[in-house]
Amino acid sequence: MHRDPLLTVEHLTMRFGGLTAVDDLSFEVRRGDITALIGPNGAGKTTVFNCVTGFYRPSAGRLVLSSGERFDAAAVDALTKSGRRYSRQDGLFLLERMPDQEIAREARVARTFQNIRLFTGMTVLENLMVGEHNPLMRASGYSLFGLFGLPQYRKREAQALDHARTWLERIELTARADDPAGALPYGAQRRLEIARAMMSEPTLLCLDEPAAGLNPRESAELNELLRDIRDERGTSILLIEHDMSVVMQISDHVVVLDYGEKIADGRPDEIRNDARVIAAYLGVEDEGEVEEVEAALAAGQAR
Amino acid sequence: MSSAAPGRFDFMRASKDAALAAIIAAGLSFPILALRAEPDIDNRITLQGRWSWLFIAAAIAFAGRFVLALLNVRPRRKPATDEALPASAYRAARFIGPAGLALLFVFPLAMFAALGPQGSLKWIDNYGIQILIYVMLGWGLNIVVGLAGLLDLGYVAFYAVGAYSYALLSTTFGLSFWLCLPLAGILAAFWGILLGFPVLRLRGDYLAIVTMAFGEIIRIVLVNWSVVTNGDAGISSIPRASFFGLPFTAGPNGFAATFGLKFSPIHRVIFLYYLILCLALLTNFVTVRLRRLPIGRAWEALREDEIACRSLGLDTVKLKLAAFALGAMFGGFAGAFFAVRQGFVSPSSFTFIESATILAIVVLGGRGSQLGVALAAAVIIGGSEILRELDFLKQIFGEDFDPTQYRMLIVGIAMVMMMNWRPRGLVATRAPTIALGERRAISGALVKEGHG
Repeated sequence: MHRDPLLTVEHLTMRFGGLTAVDDLSFEVRRGDITALIGPNGAGKTTVFNCVTGFYRPSAGRLVLSSGERFDAAAVDALTKSGRRYSRQDGLFLLERMPDQEIAREARVARTFQNIRLFTGMTVLENLMVGEHNPLMRASGYSLFGLFGLPQYRKREAQALDHARTWLERIELTARADDPAGALPYGAQRRLEIARAMMSEPTLLCLDEPAAGLNPRESAELNELLRDIRDERGTSILLIEHDMSVVMQISDHVVVLDYGEKIADGRPDEIRNDARVIAAYLGVEDEGEVEEVEAALAAGQAR
Repeated sequence: MSSAAPGRFDFMRASKDAALAAIIAAGLSFPILALRAEPDIDNRITLQGRWSWLFIAAAIAFAGRFVLALLNVRPRRKPATDEALPASAYRAARFIGPAGLALLFVFPLAMFAALGPQGSLKWIDNYGIQILIYVMLGWGLNIVVGLAGLLDLGYVAFYAVGAYSYALLSTTFGLSFWLCLPLAGILAAFWGILLGFPVLRLRGDYLAIVTMAFGEIIRIVLVNWSVVTNGDAGISSIPRASFFGLPFTAGPNGFAATFGLKFSPIHRVIFLYYLILCLALLTNFVTVRLRRLPIGRAWEALREDEIACRSLGLDTVKLKLAAFALGAMFGGFAGAFFAVRQGFVSPSSFTFIESATILAIVVLGGRGSQLGVALAAAVIIGGSEILRELDFLKQIFGEDFDPTQYRMLIVGIAMVMMMNWRPRGLVATRAPTIALGERRAISGALVKEGHG
């Protein structure tokens, strides 16, 4: 089952002064996959994320998002040489050249944050509506039609409201739609942030530790939500996660980082049995400890 | 520190407390009360000591604090919240808007009927028009500070641009007020965008400093570019606005003659009152409408979390520029109105203290709340006008006492008290822009104030 890559990371390097946080990293996120990026603390996972979403500009390397039917290497090279940032008709985007808001708007890469960033003083519904800002802004004639209450905008707003309703139902927050987002419990805030990102109908959804701070039940619900997003909405997911039960159960493909370098890349079962990963992940050399970790991982999967 | 048993007077602690309070009071009042600068016969400033005043102030502080400490009255350390208002208050608030609006429409006519053309002039001009100008400025700044969360300390610059636009266009090219009004708005919006560009990357204190500097730059240019602006002397004899072509003059073609009224200058004042009321209501209408559109929600989202906005593909640059331009445009309208009302503009009307007053109105009213800003403008501007009325105080404090001199002191005390009592302003809650069910007010504690 080899599918075309949606995101191709080629020789990504990110330096902060003398520190090389990510060193010559290459991997692929295939279309329709849930790809997990794992590694010990400080391995450079979030840095990769910030490069992909444009919050950092990489020191070197190429990040290609190909949302067209097929990955066309010749077209990518042509675009790279042309010096342009993206080509909408080919569905090709060179993310390393684009600023964050352009990546979200044009390449349709949405993201969530490790420390939740909701609009806390706005209601749950308003948060979702901001997620669909760009099409609504166009429909409101950049506020001119909307200001005069033209029906074109009202129709589009009703449509967005319906879209928001389906997400509210999916994340089980319909009853709390008119409550401020800041008043929600932690798990609900996590779900809302994912739904808000999904309101922009992204091709790639990047989740930075979505299961952090969730209890086992919430964590299981999250797995279900992410599977739904992949299977029903057809959105590919790239996620950073520490919770192995999430990683092993839902991901189709795992990339392991350590000290900014890739040490493994493959299916979850391959990764689970990779002694190098286990050793690096917990910083252990001892055989006995590795066995313990393996046992823990197996238990995590059974949960 | 509650070691004192209840019912027992702790004289030691009370006197210590009171002595400290007396020292602080003496220190604070020393430059204000104890020293008085008086010109002597040769018009040289001399310092005179008024030590008895200092002593009295310290004694009052000592006595007051002693009694409070003795009775063990301590300020309640309740965390400042803004949720104190019961639901009934919010239901009542729904009627404040329409009721206030009706009052505003009736106000000049009622004054005119009650006090006659002479007596009502002061109330319509000094109170009505003056307050409404600041209501409009407050609403204009509310777009920038309240919705988009960008702290603008130089808003008076756009007011100045609007005023000088009308003054120069009308005196140089003879353009009418009705043509100049939109032009003044457009020019101010243009300067708003011009200011917006360099400050896009700035946040918080840095943004406040640059906008403040911008306000000063505009004023200093007005002072020094005397070829165009006539410098400190300002521009006088600015043409007055007409009522759809009818001037407010005593002649046969004037407003009064056409409508068969006896000529009175009050007609023009009443006309100006309704003009600024309409301009202010336009500002309010546009703001309220925009708030419910994607752009308004995006502004509020920007105030809540700019990084999250960028991750959702919102064009933060355009949003900030739009907020600056729109806020500036309404400032420009208000400026043009100011010029036509005064018939005279000079740089001294556009000092930093004006920016500070407008910002104080927005903060005191509650950032983002239209009703709160209007109330705060009435309190601050109306309050300082009312000080002029307190002549009876002269009978208490002597003939030299001038209550208007204490204006800023009282505003300052009011601000300190407000920030303790309701740190987020008179109307601290935020109303959602869209709802599935009933719209419920959001507590100010959750609403962020913006990064600058």
